[in-house]
This record gives sequence, structure tokens and C-alpha cells, in this order.
Amino acid sequence: MAEAVATKARTLTYVAAINEAVRTVLKEQPNAFAAGEDIGGAGGVYGYFHGLQAEFGADRVYDTPISEKGIIGLGVGAGATGCRPILDLMFMDFMGECMDEIANQLAKMRYMFGGAANLPVTVLTMAGAGASLAAQHSQSLEAWVCHLPGVKICMPCTPYDAKGLIISAARDDNPVFVVLNKMSLAMKGEVPEETYAIPLSKANIVRPGSNYTIVAWGRMVHEAVAAANKLKDLGVDAEVIDPRTLQPFDTATVVQSVKKTHRAMIVHEAVRFGGFGGEIASQIQELAFDYLDAPIGRVGAPFSPVPFSPALEKHYVPNADAIVAGVKAQLGI
Amino acid sequence: MAVTLTDSILKDLHLRMVRIRRFEETAGKMMESGKIPGALHLYVGEEAVASGVMAHLSNDDQITSTHRGHGHLIAKGGEFSPMMAELFGKATGYCKGKGGSMHISNMKLGMLGANGIVGGGPPIAMGAAFSNKFRKTKNVACCFFGDGASNEGSFHEAANMAGLYKLPVIFVCENNGYGEYTPQRNHQAIVDVADRAAGYGMPGVIVDGMDVVAVFEAAGEAIARARAGEGPTLLECKTYRFYDHVGVRGMGLTYRTDDELEEWKKKDPIDLFEGRLKEQGILSEAEIQAVHAAVAADIEKAIAFAESSPFPDPSAIEQDVYA
Repeated sequence: MAEAVATKARTLTYVAAINEAVRTVLKEQPNAFAAGEDIGGAGGVYGYFHGLQAEFGADRVYDTPISEKGIIGLGVGAGATGCRPILDLMFMDFMGECMDEIANQLAKMRYMFGGAANLPVTVLTMAGAGASLAAQHSQSLEAWVCHLPGVKICMPCTPYDAKGLIISAARDDNPVFVVLNKMSLAMKGEVPEETYAIPLSKANIVRPGSNYTIVAWGRMVHEAVAAANKLKDLGVDAEVIDPRTLQPFDTATVVQSVKKTHRAMIVHEAVRFGGFGGEIASQIQELAFDYLDAPIGRVGAPFSPVPFSPALEKHYVPNADAIVAGVKAQLGI
Repeated sequence: MAVTLTDSILKDLHLRMVRIRRFEETAGKMMESGKIPGALHLYVGEEAVASGVMAHLSNDDQITSTHRGHGHLIAKGGEFSPMMAELFGKATGYCKGKGGSMHISNMKLGMLGANGIVGGGPPIAMGAAFSNKFRKTKNVACCFFGDGASNEGSFHEAANMAGLYKLPVIFVCENNGYGEYTPQRNHQAIVDVADRAAGYGMPGVIVDGMDVVAVFEAAGEAIARARAGEGPTLLECKTYRFYDHVGVRGMGLTYRTDDELEEWKKKDPIDLFEGRLKEQGILSEAEIQAVHAAVAADIEKAIAFAESSPFPDPSAIEQDVYA
């Protein structure tokens, strides 16, 4: 299902782009290996490791037990001693099983050791609601990771970004979380065959605009673009910025945009209350207060666990209509 | 592995233990006098374990340690001056004053850190052993942990994966009878942590952790197996903490009796071993005293170094977060 087959226009699915990125890393880095649940023989529950064990061997692509503490700990110990592990944490929700290894070991070892340890560990993990997987397999928990000094985190929203950001993550000498979105797996997009890296520090202006700024990440980038297209008829020409990487965050690009547009909305799929959008809103008001013509808006999920029923879930996950409604309410139009 | 116990090995084991004991006693005094901030978990009483295991390791073999980690670092070759400086919170410490007692480490010595989290070490040691195998070295990783940590899920996940992948790792359980302040009978239903090895397809070996030679021999076998690609071992060393969980008090604690402490002190690993060295004519009383005096002099130098070292500049706070 996930085999990276190039079409004429060299269009790949998101899942095939992930696969190609991991293949690229395993080829270019002899000390890289991949480890995770079901990734070897089965190719991963979402298929993005398809064929990699057959290609690289069972001593490069490892099936692990269902042991998330063990998987992250494996990465810490191996990463600190000369390997470059690519770990698969099947669902981001499973961070609860290994938060000590993430927060107290992986994130802090370098600092606690006075800079003496490098931890070149890449963690691929799957977030996102919309598939009726309910409360424990649908969350967007990027704020948990953003709050941990020592870890980087990016959230690719297209096949192109998935390949380029995974390659950057794996080349980085720090722990990097690559948060993928399960509702984007079948999404198609152009992906160059050659190897390329997208820097883990630079936002992407997905849609230029003149009088409004929407900052969105993960799958919400596409909803934000759809919202921007709808808002055009209302006289709102929205610039959509995808930070791509949340830590480090490209504050400069966002602030520069807001200084031009004077109004801003932050959109994320995660629960709105206490979400990372609050941090971005705060940074904007600290750095561009005098430029603002309206309070900074935020769109996010309600303050509840992700519900199971499609009838509830479709109202739970933010979409273009919710963004449009938020902008209209904010601007009184 | 039948390692012949030469005089030089025996003297080396003795020196490692004396270095740990003297350092820990001094560190305790420094903490009481307010020169060392924070919490100190001292290794006094357990010296035979670290010394007996570490005598087999090179700098390319890794260890993970515990919150009671000074002894492991000293036995692994740690120097007193940067260690004491670290405990003082000075910029010249092994971790530039950012780790302190609970995170003291030295990557060049293969010491992957003391760990403030009970059960933090086993997955990391398993990962280091995985790396040794992946990189096709003959190195091993030794994971020190306690009876308390053997109840953490992290230990079980790491042990299972070590058994599954046949990794060159030795899980060295320092069973001192207490998980923090709770006696073993109140925190687990078994007496021998080594029993848990069976669940992970590895041998479980029990050894007298107050007898440095017994530890040395048992560790030698386990390490030789690991180097030969035969997989992990759980080595349980029965030992005892002469001081409290934190700090230097030994007597008058509410959760254990003074009689129990006195009984264990009769098995003081250094006293016992020195008796044996004298009996066998390997070291005389005068030579033993000379070892203690030389170590004490080194510690005095380390204190002077720590005291005269600068504290880190506040600008260092946000350094070393990322590579």
C-alpha cells in the first residue's frame, strides 16, 4: 500500500513520502536504524515502513515488543553511544507510556551532562483526529513536547514537507519529534526524487496575503488555506503561515507578517485551552502589540477528549468553516 | 571465565572500594556543613558491588547508574576533583554544575549518568548494549539498579528487549533491602530479584554483595557471556546501605532497627576484604593505612579544587540545551 512508486509527474502520497525519507536516511547514514512496533515484517500499522526491512535487513529495521519505554530508552542509550536511531511511536497518544524516557531522559541528558552527550534521535509519531479512533488514538499532543527544552518538534502537512523534514530531523544531532497526521496519509503531492532537507527553523508562507495572518500547523494548514479562500469574498486577504517546526519556532516570520496585516488567528487541531497557540499569541502581542488592530484569535478543539462517534467528532475537529466563523466573530463582520 | 585473582587485581579492588568510601564520607560531611547543596544519596556499605563489576570494564564499556551514583563513577575511573566540583555546583564539575549528584556522569568514561528517576537507567543501558551490538563492538553495558527499581515497568521492558535481542548487558541489581524507606518485604512479594530473570530468558545469579571477590567473579562470568554474544544476565548483589536513603544518618531510623545495621556492619565489605588481604599477606596493615592516607590526600586536593573553582556564570543557563 505504501510502496513509493513514482508517477509521471512524480506525485507521491504522504505515506510514500515518509517511506522514501526513511529509506534515504538509512542509505545515507550507516549508523541509522529504525525500531518500532510492527515496522519490520508488517511495514508499520500505517504502512510507511513498507518494504524497508526487506531492503535493508532485520539488523537495520527492527520490530520491537509493545514497549514504549523500551523503544524510547533504546533510542536514548543507542543515540548517546554512536547510533542515529529512527524510532516509531505508533500513536502520539502513547507518549503516556514513555513520558519519563521522553521528558526526563531524552530531553535532558545533554543538559544534565553539561553538553557532553549528543542525542541524534528521530521519533516519528502519528497524531490527529477524524478516523473515529476515539480518545486514545486521535490526540494532537504537540504542546507536551514543545514544553520540553532539549527536544525539537516539526509537523509536516504535505508529502513534500514530510520527506524534507524527516531527512532534516535525522541529520540533526538533537532529539526531533516528527508528528505526522493520520488523516493526511493518502494525500498526494509533488515530491522531488532527489534528496532534500527542509530546515528545522523556518516557517513556510503557504499563501501570501495582505491584511490578515493565519498561523496553522499540521493538517490545519489545509483547512486554513480553504478558509482563506472563503474569506476573500469578505475582503479578508489572509496570509497563511505554516511554521513547519514548532520548536524551534520561527517567531520572526510570524511577527513580520502580523506587522503587515495587523490581525492574526492561530489554528491548531489540539485542544484550544492551554494549547501551543496561546504561546504564539503571547509572543505576537509581546513583539507586535502596537501593530495589532484586533485581539489575536485562536481556533482549536473543545476542552474534551476526542469523541468516538462521527457525529460528534466532525464537530470536534476544527475545519475551514470554524476558522471562517472565528475570523468573522473576531472582526465583527 | 576463570580470571586468576592476581595480587594486582586484589589491590585494585581494594583501592576502588577505599576511594568510594572515603569520597562518600567526605561528601556527607560537606553536605552537612552546607557546602554541597541539594540531596546526596551515599553509597557507603555497597562499595563491593561497583568495584567488583567495574574492574572488568574499559572506558568503551558503558554503565548506567542510579540516584546513588558516586560510587559507580569512582569505580569507573572518575576523578575526585571534577566530581567534588560537580557536587559543589561549580563550573569545573564533570557536568559544569548542571547535573549535580543525581546526574553526575562522564561520557568519556562510558558513564551514562546517575539518574534521578528510579528505573531510569535500564532502558538506557539496554540501548547502549543495542548500540554495542549494532556497531559490532565487543563492548558491554552494565545497568546498576536497586530492588526498588525492579518494580518499575521500565526495568521489565528493558529486560525483555535485552533478552529478546540477546544484548550484551548485565543488569546488576544492588538489593540493599530497601526501596527508599520501604523494606523489600513491603514492596515486592519475592525475596530474590534474580527470580525475575527467568521471565526474560536470561540467567539470574545471586551473589554476596558485601564480598568484592564474589562480585568480581560473578560479574566476570556474566560479562564474558555478554562479550561472547550469549546475551544478558541479571546479577543480584545482596548488600546494605549503611546510611539513610538520603544523607548520612545510619542509626536511629524509624523504618529499620539499629540491630539490623549492626549485623550488616559486621560484613563491612572493606573491613572484611582488608582482613583477608592481611591474612593472605597481600597487604600489611601499614600498607593498607598508606592506601587510605593517599586517598584521603587526594580528596583534600579535590575539596580545595572544588572550593577554589568558580560557580557557573548565569549566562550558562540556556547553554547545552541543544547541540
